[in-house]
Amino acid sequence: MQTLNVNDVTLSFGGLNALSEVSLSIEPGLITSIIGPNGAGKTSLLNCVSGFYHPTRGEIFYGDHNLSKASPHQVSSLGIARAFQNIELFRGMTVLDNLLLARHQNLKYNIFQAVFHTSKTSKEEALNRQYVEEIIDFMELEPYRKKTVGSLSYGIQKSVEVARALTLGPQLLLLDEPMAGMNIEEKEDMVRFIMDIQKERRTTVVLVEHDLGVVMDISDYVYVLDFGEVIGAGKPKEVATDPKVVEAYIGEE
Amino acid sequence: MEDREAVLQFTIPQLLRWRVQRSADKVALREKDFGYWNTLTWRKYYDYVHKTALGLEKIGLKKDEKLALITDNIPEMLIVAIGAQAIGAISAGIYQTSLPDEIAGILDYMDVSMVFCDDQEQVDKLVEIRDRIPKVKRVLYEDPRGMRDYRSDDWFMFIDDLYALGEQAREEDPQRFDRLIDEGQPDDVCHFCLTSGTTGLPKAAMLTHINYINMGLKLTEVDYLEADDEYVSFLPFAWIGEQMNSFGVALATGITINFPESVETAMEDLKEIGPHFMFGAPRIYETLQSQIWLKIDESYWLNRLLYRFFMKVGRKAAYYRMSGKTMPLSLRILWRLGKTLVFLPLINQIGMLRLRRAYTGGAALGPDLFTFYQALGVNLKQIYGQTEITGIAYMHRDGDVHPETVGIPLPGTECKISEDGEILSCSPSVTKGYYKMPEKTAELLQDGWLRSGDAGYIDESGHLVVIDRLSDVMHNSKGEMFSPMFLENKLKFSPYIKEAVIFGDGRDYIATLINIDPIVVGKWAEDRGISFTTFMDLSQQPQVADLINKQVIEFNQNVEQPHFRIRRFAILYKLLDVDDGELTKTGKIRRKFIMEKYKDLYDALYDETVSQKTVEAFFQYQDGQTTTVQTQLEFFTMEDVK
Repeated sequence: MQTLNVNDVTLSFGGLNALSEVSLSIEPGLITSIIGPNGAGKTSLLNCVSGFYHPTRGEIFYGDHNLSKASPHQVSSLGIARAFQNIELFRGMTVLDNLLLARHQNLKYNIFQAVFHTSKTSKEEALNRQYVEEIIDFMELEPYRKKTVGSLSYGIQKSVEVARALTLGPQLLLLDEPMAGMNIEEKEDMVRFIMDIQKERRTTVVLVEHDLGVVMDISDYVYVLDFGEVIGAGKPKEVATDPKVVEAYIGEE
Repeated sequence: MEDREAVLQFTIPQLLRWRVQRSADKVALREKDFGYWNTLTWRKYYDYVHKTALGLEKIGLKKDEKLALITDNIPEMLIVAIGAQAIGAISAGIYQTSLPDEIAGILDYMDVSMVFCDDQEQVDKLVEIRDRIPKVKRVLYEDPRGMRDYRSDDWFMFIDDLYALGEQAREEDPQRFDRLIDEGQPDDVCHFCLTSGTTGLPKAAMLTHINYINMGLKLTEVDYLEADDEYVSFLPFAWIGEQMNSFGVALATGITINFPESVETAMEDLKEIGPHFMFGAPRIYETLQSQIWLKIDESYWLNRLLYRFFMKVGRKAAYYRMSGKTMPLSLRILWRLGKTLVFLPLINQIGMLRLRRAYTGGAALGPDLFTFYQALGVNLKQIYGQTEITGIAYMHRDGDVHPETVGIPLPGTECKISEDGEILSCSPSVTKGYYKMPEKTAELLQDGWLRSGDAGYIDESGHLVVIDRLSDVMHNSKGEMFSPMFLENKLKFSPYIKEAVIFGDGRDYIATLINIDPIVVGKWAEDRGISFTTFMDLSQQPQVADLINKQVIEFNQNVEQPHFRIRRFAILYKLLDVDDGELTKTGKIRRKFIMEKYKDLYDALYDETVSQKTVEAFFQYQDGQTTTVQTQLEFFTMEDVK
């Protein structure tokens, strides 16, 4: 597993700096959280890592790979997957189909083999299904396998979104507010899933989350962003007592 | 035709071995996992039990020690339970929903030395109470998910490691397992089944191999099952209702048990399997009924029209079928048509197409629900029994289904009504008693008869009718028994009656206070142009009194025994309410409280000279204001009732 390094990244839209000279490093095998008030640049940072935006200045390295100019599919083929804050699923398709489709780039057959449905094709499809079923079991989505995504509750859709990212078998998983809009029980489940993703699937997790209780409980390391700048970093305990962080969250006295 | 009675000479593990000798490659267990139905043949099943038993012996489980199982329905629950039984140990089920405190109490009471859990959720409960359960030597678990932190601790053991130990032991001594199970006697206690005590700690009924096998054998003697029939296991294992099927019926007949993927998918999986028989508490049938209604509701107009029409036909046909009479030709043709057009496709949607028989038990099922299923062509039957008699002891026979009775005893079961009106039973499936509770056991088993604690009687067709818990029944002045709740429910079959309070304990006759249903009676009054203002006003209308009078006359004509008939009644001027303390939070009548609160009405009901009485009704509004209204309350006497 490799380290993700963000070096002096600046992202400008016109005159506005969404990120200014942000540097951080995501250590492999840990849960690293990025917190900060609304508009602090958390999602922009994830967008830069996953190739949706390209930094105006600075560079992003995943191991030896330079991601600064990489497109989303290149990033994804390096084993970096992302679950979106706004659920990006096909609402009219079933959970199972969404997950199968997410793995399309892992299917190793060409269009002719697909049309004639050769034995190689069915073998590939079976393997694909098996992989997806493991994820369904992992995320406890069995009751919803054949339900269309649009008919599911918000909390379940969020779980499906995370499952979709997991079907890519990522080494680095970017989770953008996976618990937003969930009730307490769903949150507890999601926390357990995230910890299991880290420990049992040996995946590096980057978590963007507003629920500070959750963040402080499960993170190994925390970065705090405010107005596009890193204003604090450290173990959860250190960050929680950092006066600059407290100020950004609660305001000055 | 095999000698069915032959199975009675075996213990459960011996019977499993016998099944392997007869049909080793037939599917015994099937489990859905990763979206796929995986099968275990009898040979494989036996092989796992073999490994488990030797593994358990290796880690120190001894004869007569107890192994508790806290698990959802998975094949391993049977493998581990029978594995423990094979070495003479005793298995016991604990409800998955039990709280850690309860579990600690139960484990301590039953002297459990090993516990099998399915996943982290249950294991964590044991971790919480670890210092309070010193007798527990080992905790086995099936799902390694989330157990990484427990791996280093010897107290926990992954089931695959147990299998490996067993495998090793088998290589050392291949005959060991056969010798072990040969030692078992059919009369040995093999399982503890907790009975839901209403007060205090639950009691563990000690059930023997023969208890289960006999029950399974006798049940299928009446309702025959083919060896390739399917059963879906979704009831909690700690409940006798599941054990009697997965130990008793399955082993006595060799049917296949199917395990759902998860608790939440059970109903979906039921649909995929299409079982041949099922057993459930009334709630399951209620849930399925709402599912059917929902499907009809969502369907398009032609379907709805056909459904409504053929439902009427179905209900008529159900009457004939339940009573075993032959249908008139025209009805038979219509019923066939309805079956093909509507009912078969409909019940196929919920997985009941292949169902030969569905049993309901554990609580009373409304007669409406009975006819509903019978109308659809689902053969739903009532059973009656208790944990202490291994579940089922009484059952309806095909073509002899009366919703108000619980049927007739299984072969080999005798029934007797005691002098107090209590139902007593006797059969080879009766428990040896409660664990470590000699006084309770002595109370339970008297002169070879098992006491049920239920009051009942046998009707003229030989069917057993269960009235109520013995502690809740009343006696009139002649000492004749009746159940107020039974009569109240019967009275409430009338759509016009919302609530009724039956009196008569120690009195000469039965009297009742009746609450009319404001919506139904209100609509009824509107349709007839009867004007009214408030509930109180409506309840005192003479036409309404006539209406209720008719309901009571009908009730009196239909009750089973002459002393159940109502002689006097009055219509109460207010609805019984939880906030006024007249009903419990669950909506049950608080009889004593009502008797005291309406003392003057109660006295008037038993004073036949009173036909009218002025009462002062006291109301408290939600904002705290109070008001008192005077009203005339009439009392009605049914002259033909003595």
